[in-house]
Amino acid sequence: MAEAITLERILALQAAYIRCIDNGELERWPGFFADRCLYKITSSENHRSGLDAGIIYADTRDMLLDRVTSLRQANVYEKQAYRHIVGLPSIVRQGADEAETETPFLVVRIMHDGESSIFATGVYLDVVRLQGDTLKFAQRVAVCDSSRVDTLMALPL
Amino acid sequence: MNVNVPPEALSNAPHPAEWPKDTLTRVPYWVYQSPDVFVLEQQRLFEGPVWNFLCLEAEVAKPGDYRVTQVGSMPVVVARDLDDEIYAFENRCAHRGALIVLDGGGHARDFTCVYHAWNYDLKGNLKAVAFEDGVNGKGGMARTFCRSDHGPRKLRIALFAGLVFGSLSDDVPPVEEYLGDEVGAKIKRVLHKPVVVTGRSTQMLPNNWKLYFENVKDTYHASLLHTFFTTFRINRLSQRGGLVISPNGGSHASFSYVDKANTDHDYSAMGIRSEKDDFALKDPTLLDTVDEFGDGCHMQILSVFPNLVLQQIHSALAIRQVLPKGIDRTALNWTTFGFADDTPEMKRRRLVHNNLAGPAGYVSMEDGAVGGFVQRGIATAGGEQAVLEMGGAEAVAEGTRATEASVRGFWKCYRAQMGI
Repeated sequence: MAEAITLERILALQAAYIRCIDNGELERWPGFFADRCLYKITSSENHRSGLDAGIIYADTRDMLLDRVTSLRQANVYEKQAYRHIVGLPSIVRQGADEAETETPFLVVRIMHDGESSIFATGVYLDVVRLQGDTLKFAQRVAVCDSSRVDTLMALPL
Repeated sequence: MNVNVPPEALSNAPHPAEWPKDTLTRVPYWVYQSPDVFVLEQQRLFEGPVWNFLCLEAEVAKPGDYRVTQVGSMPVVVARDLDDEIYAFENRCAHRGALIVLDGGGHARDFTCVYHAWNYDLKGNLKAVAFEDGVNGKGGMARTFCRSDHGPRKLRIALFAGLVFGSLSDDVPPVEEYLGDEVGAKIKRVLHKPVVVTGRSTQMLPNNWKLYFENVKDTYHASLLHTFFTTFRINRLSQRGGLVISPNGGSHASFSYVDKANTDHDYSAMGIRSEKDDFALKDPTLLDTVDEFGDGCHMQILSVFPNLVLQQIHSALAIRQVLPKGIDRTALNWTTFGFADDTPEMKRRRLVHNNLAGPAGYVSMEDGAVGGFVQRGIATAGGEQAVLEMGGAEAVAEGTRATEASVRGFWKCYRAQMGI
């Protein structure tokens, strides 16, 4: 019997996730997701209106691996980094091996020349699931408060 | 105003920067920097004899539906009236100039300005003035005031294959003539049945709007800047391409397709022929392509002067509306869409293919930044010029995409509208 999903474990997953992206360790990023997963970036306007399409859509972990390969090997963008500040998760549904949470985020983008700006704010609509003994994201939908993206979105939220 | 000279602030460059009249192969950089040019573009171009894309007909599908949009910098309301016709008018109250409509769109019976409650119908006609007769016999408008003499400017409307275009000019040619037969056919090829909007976003570009519009028309850069397909060793050798340009030069379509002979057995497999596993797509559904238009064309990028891009990249369909937000700032409004009869499988395919385009698109994200690289690069080069000699000096399509003919076409049309 696997350990129950506790708030502490959810917090640890959230902390490890943003640490991975903010440290530029994108290769480890898909590892936070279950094999079958949904990762999506959209806007609150689309989300509210029931419009499915967003900025990024991936419904397998392999698509996340492909995105990392593309960002590392193919895509051209100026050197940049994110600083995620993540708020406290609300657990909106809790089952034995799965929980649904909502967590606000703020992402500052730091360009190579030092220019820092608020790049995105919003809420993660997550479903976390126990895969073996490990907690993974079965769903991470980043709903951005704004429909605007400055210049381009290279790194994932 | 004579704008065929660099503005004072930019004129310390060593070269004379008159725009050579007899060639389309040079573009002076001051055209991306000058406040005078920005003002004149609004007057002569966006409010001139052009068809500005306003919205999709599907976005104002029912009587009472409305959307706000822009013609250059001018705020505009598009509405479908109770007579089922589409109207567009400047989003500016005839009284003090405040916006009449404050949100992005919705459904209404009429519009009331929040400032002093002047009221308009869905055609933009002024219908009521608050306290027009005064209060208790005092105040009120003069008896000579006639509501029909006052109102926001109205636009002419043209509908083409579900696209709503607007113009402030009485001299603009019919939209079919404006687009030309070839570009018109390429629009109808994609928009051939009822569409459904699937999402919207805005990409803010750190550059003059013309740098983005040129980029869309620049078939030369595609495989050089965007290396996604080559990185993943996606075999595209069997593909043929083409380019068509409208008679006025301003609109274009570039496209590539698989030879019909190969399509039956090879179409869905063409995407994924990787020799090195390191660079194979781990999830090939990104390129799980179907020949949904029945002609083997898997990619078509089309522009309509001055502000519309219609995109088909595999099954990723989108409208991109280009709107200037300042001399060096541009809003790119993305509207992704599918068709009303899409199956669940097709809906998912479009969602997956949408990863190819948009602000995070595998084959388009660079376009969001490259205009800024130019805008920054030319910071003190107002007296210098860009070179557009790839594929000759004309604005006529040839059987290749290794050409800047379509970019020269843009400048041909732009200079005719601007008189510079």
